[in-house]
Amino acid sequence: MNLLLVGTSHRLAPVEVRERVALDTEGAAALAAQLAQSGEAVCLSTCNRTELYLAAEDGHDADREAIEALASLAGVEPPELEPYLYRKQQEAAAVHLFRVAAGLDSLVPGEGEILGQVRTAYEHGSVGPMLDRLFRDALHAGKKVRTDTAIAESPGTTSSAAAALAAQVFGDLEGSQIAIVGAGKIGTLAARRLVKRGATLSFVANRTTTRGRQLAHQLGGEAIPLERVAEVAETADILVSSTGSPDVVLTRNDVASALPARKGRPLLLIDLAVPRDLDPTINELPDCYLYDIDDLEAVVEETLQGREAEFAKAEAIAVAEADRFRDWLATRDVVPVIAAIRERAEAIRRSELAKASGRLAGLSERERDAVESLTSQIVNKLLHEPIVRLKEAAAEERRGPENRLEG
Amino acid sequence: MAEQLVWPVLFAYGEAAVAYAGNVRSPGTFGRLATWGVRVGWLAQTALLVVQAWRADGFPWGTWAGSLNLFVWLVVGAYLIWGCSPRFRLLGLTVMPLAAVLLAVSYAAGGADTREGVAWNDVVLLTHVTFVLAAFAGFTVAGGLAALELWQERALKRHRTGLLRLRLPSLVALDRLTVTTIAVSLAALTVGLIPGFARARGVDLLMGGTVAVWALYASVLYLRIQSGRRALSASLALAGFGVVIVLQLGLLATHVA
Repeated sequence: MNLLLVGTSHRLAPVEVRERVALDTEGAAALAAQLAQSGEAVCLSTCNRTELYLAAEDGHDADREAIEALASLAGVEPPELEPYLYRKQQEAAAVHLFRVAAGLDSLVPGEGEILGQVRTAYEHGSVGPMLDRLFRDALHAGKKVRTDTAIAESPGTTSSAAAALAAQVFGDLEGSQIAIVGAGKIGTLAARRLVKRGATLSFVANRTTTRGRQLAHQLGGEAIPLERVAEVAETADILVSSTGSPDVVLTRNDVASALPARKGRPLLLIDLAVPRDLDPTINELPDCYLYDIDDLEAVVEETLQGREAEFAKAEAIAVAEADRFRDWLATRDVVPVIAAIRERAEAIRRSELAKASGRLAGLSERERDAVESLTSQIVNKLLHEPIVRLKEAAAEERRGPENRLEG
Repeated sequence: MAEQLVWPVLFAYGEAAVAYAGNVRSPGTFGRLATWGVRVGWLAQTALLVVQAWRADGFPWGTWAGSLNLFVWLVVGAYLIWGCSPRFRLLGLTVMPLAAVLLAVSYAAGGADTREGVAWNDVVLLTHVTFVLAAFAGFTVAGGLAALELWQERALKRHRTGLLRLRLPSLVALDRLTVTTIAVSLAALTVGLIPGFARARGVDLLMGGTVAVWALYASVLYLRIQSGRRALSASLALAGFGVVIVLQLGLLATHVA
């Protein structure tokens, strides 16, 4: 049985190509079922990738069918799609999936969404023994990477640093209220990241209400004039400010007067503006955490330094898990040989017992059972060591330089 | 037999404490080693308590050393409820060294033997001891949570850039857990105090201390729920933890034994 991957992703294909081969869950399940007629198939389709994992006796046929299926989705001839496709086989395909599940191949390394998408693809795929094992191992690897490394906590931009800090204060952002002060590009980006994590936009305070209304319309929430910004400090959990105002738009007193109504609920204030919009002394108030652009950049810088180490750890985990899968594959390869050895040994045992039947005629039923059991045990013990060695040799052969795992 | 079971418990708790320290520098394997240390140690301590209960003439944790043994088991048990999840591993660094030290003290003072005991049919005393110890164990864990919450609060205020890489529970989650743990423990302490007062012939220092602990934690809940003073209530919870340990270590000697 050959393991095969044919796919395209943000690394090779522009969005115009990716969107044409993208599938929803039902579409992916239908395509997997179609491709599984000659083996096993799983279709992983996200906004950044569409990948077909196949296990088939005839790798060439499976490869051709997969490319034809993707080309048909894109509405082009297979040769036209070729430049945007990658193909991997056997262990290389496995390592690729482990890296994908670990978030190492994602646009934002370590992002958590991909693990759920791999799970969904697996659950809707047409899996047999090989892909079942492959995807279960990949999910395990993805979970382990997120547990054992801090790769998912490494924001690479100031807006993602703001979102990560919000998650550190509030945990699950579901139900957290965001207020945006100033509907500029940076503030909007930060708000979008927070909304993507489950937070709700409640207010957009902007000098020109038209722009504020546009953003409120896009992300939900109410547009209010900038003069009413002090009011939002009472209800918001996260306040993101990025106006072009030369003066402070929210003072310490504004926030201090809102604190009694908040009853100890933390308030995270993100000031992305230069010059700053929020009075820096707000950070001294109880339950208020104020981060300006320099603070966020320091967070990004620190995590970028740490990210390299976390990335290396995550890679090591993905490769170690892929090694385990490769050993399992090797064991599968020698299963027919092991079965044949066992069969032959059993035949010899039975034949020798048959030859000795005359000499054993006087034995009682219980004694016969004892002889049966004894000879079986001897055969099993004799075979144990060679079988273990056989499995090890098969695994070793796959580990050889020509089979070295590469992503 | 019972005393010999202390060694695997001490070893496992000690291993967990060291592994939790290692987990701060290098999360992953150390964290799992620590988690298994806690689990195995707690199971071994459960076996120790079962053997003690089986072989003793009566309730074997009526002495202060015995009660310390039971107290440690309750603390680790309370920690185990959610302490093994990766985000709460740092909490183990505050709980497990304390558990290992207190158990060692208990063992040195004879808390693992089976010779002495309060009669099993003394329901009033058993209810009193069990509920008060359970409450103190809860307050100890709440103290650990409050310490973690205050530390994280300070790190956020000072903009410590490495905070995200530690993968701590969120500030809100820590606050919620601290308050819930204190509420449950306060209820247990209330239940435990009633039979204690019913049985008492006078008021001693320990009783005064225990009532003070009750009042302190009731204030913590009031401050947190009614007036929203989160940092202050967490600080008080941490101070209360100190009082609980003093009561547990020092005054029980004059009270239970």
